[in-house]
Amino acid sequence: MAIATPAEAQPGDRGIMLATVVLAVALAIAPQVGIYPVFLMKALCFALFACAFNLLIGFGGLLSFGHAMFLGTAGYVCAHAAKEWGWPPEAAILGGTLAAGLLGIIVGLLAIRRQGIYFAMITLALAQMVFFFFLQAPFTHGEDGIQSVPRGKLFGVLDLSNTLVMYYVVLAIFLASFLAIYRIVRSPFGQVLKAIRENEQRAISLGYDAEKYKLIAFILSATLAGLAGATKAIVFQLASLTDVHWTMSGEVVLMTLLGGMGTFFGPVVGAFTIIGLENYLSGFGQWVTVITGAIFVVCVLAFRRGIVGELAAWWQRRRG
Amino acid sequence: MTEIFGVPTQALFGQLLIGLINGAFYAMLSLGLAVIFGLLNIINFTHGAQYMVGAFCAWFLLEKWGVGYWWALLLSPLVLGLTGVVIERTMLSRLYKLDHLYGLLLTFGLALIFQGVFTNYYGSSGQPYRLPEEFAGAFNLGFMYLPKYRAWVIVASLLVCLSTWFVIERTKLGSYLRAATENPAVVQAFGINVPRMITLTYGFGVALAAFAGVMAAPIYQVNPQMGANLIIVVFAVVVIGGMGSILGAILTGFGLGIVEGLTKVFYPEASNTVIFVIMVIVLLIKPAGLFGKER
Repeated sequence: MAIATPAEAQPGDRGIMLATVVLAVALAIAPQVGIYPVFLMKALCFALFACAFNLLIGFGGLLSFGHAMFLGTAGYVCAHAAKEWGWPPEAAILGGTLAAGLLGIIVGLLAIRRQGIYFAMITLALAQMVFFFFLQAPFTHGEDGIQSVPRGKLFGVLDLSNTLVMYYVVLAIFLASFLAIYRIVRSPFGQVLKAIRENEQRAISLGYDAEKYKLIAFILSATLAGLAGATKAIVFQLASLTDVHWTMSGEVVLMTLLGGMGTFFGPVVGAFTIIGLENYLSGFGQWVTVITGAIFVVCVLAFRRGIVGELAAWWQRRRG
Repeated sequence: MTEIFGVPTQALFGQLLIGLINGAFYAMLSLGLAVIFGLLNIINFTHGAQYMVGAFCAWFLLEKWGVGYWWALLLSPLVLGLTGVVIERTMLSRLYKLDHLYGLLLTFGLALIFQGVFTNYYGSSGQPYRLPEEFAGAFNLGFMYLPKYRAWVIVASLLVCLSTWFVIERTKLGSYLRAATENPAVVQAFGINVPRMITLTYGFGVALAAFAGVMAAPIYQVNPQMGANLIIVVFAVVVIGGMGSILGAILTGFGLGIVEGLTKVFYPEASNTVIFVIMVIVLLIKPAGLFGKER
């Protein structure tokens, strides 16, 4: 019944830690060996966004089809605070993240009243409402977005206008959030969440308040998605309608599905693959949409465990 | 000039009419979604794209082969219905044993493919569809002019919705359908070919979307994005109405269209969002939807 259960086929804590260290080292030296740091920062922001989304679908079994609203809201709040109110970057990012968390409380309270397909439709509809709000609100400057947001100095010391400094800050934010998600999933809270995903009735009969657990997971996911959005606004010095549009909600679903729902590294792999693909195909216009759709179809029909999920299953089989 | 609540009656009735027209499309589309969901347990995200392709189909027929509106009204649903049958047989039928969410993801992917292909060839500008000649002109109702085509849209959509309701609720075929919704295994055991029924139901739902698309072609311009935003509103309509009842879907569709039209008169800033606000209120008061059953 549950949407994805490759979590069981995963390496233990040691394996994950080892892989995280390898990933961190690889990302730390990546710009030194000639990989374009702006591309890496974009991919990292989306990787964090996808990891936040995965917390909800992969470990809580809740498909949100409106996660762009958290990415976009945090981006707008952060950009506005940094540009119009002159907040330093750490405060602006924090402000944007908290705004997304607040929105997460409201949306979560409404959406968890229904389950399954309805949950997806409700989050999509609420995200569309948020989209129209930002389209009409004067402070977002409509189609133009909030442009040339100052990057400023982090804690008054680190000059973020230097691309490499910015990159390592983004990397630090990503790694900290990744480890936080890992901790959340492996905590007793995460175990109860998984139990609810597998069999909600049984979890309730064991005395767990399923609604409360789902709500907390939703708020955590929204907040982390907000952190991704706020960071992205500082990196690209821009907050625009693209980030609140439903296509963005679809994109994060795709990244997570392609990489592997319910795996720790799946969303990261998915985000890097999709962002790389979009970079590579940027000259092909609307065919990108077609290819995106085709990847969706192929993943659902033949490849439901995603890249990391399939690799983990293959590894499991090989070891017997 | 007469006024009601400080609003000229002309403007009020004008917006009411637009609301009623929009409501007709909400009703037809949410009806299709409800019929498909009832039997397949899948929310057909492609519905908006199929509505768009249905409109394009009518436009092709007229522009390339000179085939007129009435034939389009028949052919476009037929063609789209057939593609629906193919989609169900080759893709959707593999997903029934899995979580329903995979159906949503698959149909979302299909929607992106359709929309991407058409946007690629036609950009985001609209293609005008010539109004058939028999619909030129308007009826004078005394208090307002009612363009003939708009009157036809309202009548035809009511006709389609009510006959769908009649077939499902009042005929033998419909009773099979309702029984299969409740318990497909038992119905199968009585010797009814349930898989074929499922295939045809999906085809019918898609045909309904295409029919709505052809109806929409002369009113809205035919463009690749016409279904994308509409389908999200229709999702909200479905959440508000609940998918338990056919008549409920029809009533909710028309009702919300009218509410939206009235909002345009009294508080235009909220006209984009009013349906979503109503959805929030309904979720707070009656989470299962106005006509839905609590599971």
